[in-house]
Amino acid sequence: MKIYVKITLWVCFILCLNSLLYSQNTNQGEIHGNIQIDAQTYQADSTINAPKVPEKMLLNSYANLVYTRGKFTAGLRYEAYMNTLLGFDARYNGTGIPYKYITYTDDNLEVTAGNFYEQFGMGLVLRTYEEKAIGYDNAFEGVRVKFMPFKGLTVKGLTGKQRNFFELGPGIVRGADADLALNDVVGFLQNSSTIINLGGSFVSKYQPDKDPLYKLPENVGAWASRLQIMRGGWSLYTEYANKINDPSADNRYIYKDGQALLVNLGYTTKGFGWILNAKRVDNMSFRSDRNATIMQLNINYIPIFTRTFTYTLLNKYPYATQANGEIGGGTELLYKFKKGTMLGGEYGTNLSLNYNRLHSLKKNNPTDTNAIGIAGTLGYQSPFFEVGDELYYENITAEINKKFSKTFTANFIYQYFAYNFDVLRGMTGHGMVYGHVGVIDAIYRFNDNHALHLDAEMLFTKQDKGNWAMLTAEYSIAPSWFFSVSDQMNYQNPESNEINHFYLGSIAFAKGGSRLQIGYGRQPEGVMCIGGVCRNVPASNGVMVSLSSTF
Amino acid sequence: MKTFINIAFVLLTLGLGAQNAQFSIPSVELKTVDGKKFNTSEIKNNGKPIIIDFWATWCKPCVMELNAIADKYSDWQKETGVVLYAISIDDAKSMSRVAPFVNAKGWEYVVLLDPNSDFKRAMNVINVPHTFIIDGKGNIVEQHTTYAEGDENKMYEVIKRLVENKE
Repeated sequence: MKIYVKITLWVCFILCLNSLLYSQNTNQGEIHGNIQIDAQTYQADSTINAPKVPEKMLLNSYANLVYTRGKFTAGLRYEAYMNTLLGFDARYNGTGIPYKYITYTDDNLEVTAGNFYEQFGMGLVLRTYEEKAIGYDNAFEGVRVKFMPFKGLTVKGLTGKQRNFFELGPGIVRGADADLALNDVVGFLQNSSTIINLGGSFVSKYQPDKDPLYKLPENVGAWASRLQIMRGGWSLYTEYANKINDPSADNRYIYKDGQALLVNLGYTTKGFGWILNAKRVDNMSFRSDRNATIMQLNINYIPIFTRTFTYTLLNKYPYATQANGEIGGGTELLYKFKKGTMLGGEYGTNLSLNYNRLHSLKKNNPTDTNAIGIAGTLGYQSPFFEVGDELYYENITAEINKKFSKTFTANFIYQYFAYNFDVLRGMTGHGMVYGHVGVIDAIYRFNDNHALHLDAEMLFTKQDKGNWAMLTAEYSIAPSWFFSVSDQMNYQNPESNEINHFYLGSIAFAKGGSRLQIGYGRQPEGVMCIGGVCRNVPASNGVMVSLSSTF
Repeated sequence: MKTFINIAFVLLTLGLGAQNAQFSIPSVELKTVDGKKFNTSEIKNNGKPIIIDFWATWCKPCVMELNAIADKYSDWQKETGVVLYAISIDDAKSMSRVAPFVNAKGWEYVVLLDPNSDFKRAMNVINVPHTFIIDGKGNIVEQHTTYAEGDENKMYEVIKRLVENKE
């Protein structure tokens, strides 16, 4: 098997090379792709709990190649983990070509054989995607057909198994989705300023029942419907999903149905935006292996509506999707104080105010004789509009972005948060973490190419690891060079009297579609989350090299 | 060891690829912020240059870059007729935030939604921000990843050269 993979690989590379050399000629088609290599050395460092790594150096890498000729596209991705960087699932260790496909595209038809990513609506019943930074990839391997019989209607049908590291999961997934732009179809709406979009999906998975104890459903169906209405700056999007009973490791083998409702309401006009989100998720974990956990073999995706930040200390306690049950919502106001007004100054000032709150579901005994959550029963009853007592997460965030002059811009953020450590990290005994975060991020331009970026962040909390402060200075020379140094300090830690410093220095060089970064320093343990899906990042100390290129 | 040979091989093809400017825009179905379907094969500008900029509302350098261009965009348009397509890779989590965000910033770009990164994948983009400059014939003449203050000026030099060479 391994030899087969290697031979395929070499043949492919040789073909690629050939095609590249001749791709000036359009008749030969085009070859493009990308590559990313991340490597890090690891030193044991007892002061920050960085473990000893026997390999001394670890590496994650991949390369994509896409060949296009006329109506055909073929692509593949080679991945090598020698071994996985600390914090990634060790089941990725090794090499392989887990992603390969051929697609035929015509005006109203698209057929894909091989691996593919797909999303129905917001993803409540089906979404496959990849997020390399957290090691997430649940791609399908199978076939997919997209058909556009007339303008405004897109119908998709697919069947496949899902990627499970370098293998496929045991379950077979079948899905269909229709997306209708009503304005393209209904006569009197064609010139209307009201836009109406409708959609519906059905997904079913098959996995044999080999359980000695329970009689488990071998086919589990789920459906979703969605509606979008937009008019004069207003927009409403809503999606509702339902799933039949699906006992699994996630819900501890209860036989309850699942459901989820998302509502987004918004209004926007020049210089102003307002968003309101509400969600209710109940027993909606949906995987193509009922025994899978964490990031494995998810068929669906439950979006979270808390804001994503790129600032380190705002990411210490991030919210994570609770597919088993959550209820809550959030709102955000965006406003631009116009140029020439008192608050707007010479260039205008941007303001964002944001609030989110999420709770557990209200759960009652399923019957008079059964307690909540017992395997083999209906699990619990949950009144739709009632909110549970347990707070999962709350935040208030204010952000001001201001350009003071042609050379000076700054960003100010304040956040209050309440974070249910036990629920969101799947642990016990930590309780709630309450904290305040402040960020000042300023950029000064010396001239057309040279700029200095200073970023000061503080996090205050009495719980968990206590207070943090961080200072980063980055000097950039457009378009290629970035020099950065930072220190993250953990002080007033309830568990230790010492101040822990996490120094980090790095140089990055960017040219065209390529970027090379070399850094050295310490990283504290924590979580890294993208889209509400998180991976643990252990503490480390060492040299990091990162190379990426698009060609 | 084999891995390293393989990687070296890819790097070699990479070096060769860098000289190859031929790059047509792949066809992917996206949506506009007004809720209308939009196929990326419709990205056109009457023979004038195009910028395709992959970004996200949560990506700080992306927003810095688009803010910096926004200050000069009307001048750029007057002088060269360039159009900027801002492809948001915000997924279901923050997709509903894109339209209000763009309006509050006052950006005048053509904003498209790529919620499952289909177009990003088709263009082999790894991280945002990533910009492509496309000439009047639809070929990619330049691309750039990351943003440093002042990058927008370099970008505009390329666009001006494209327009001048044509005349």
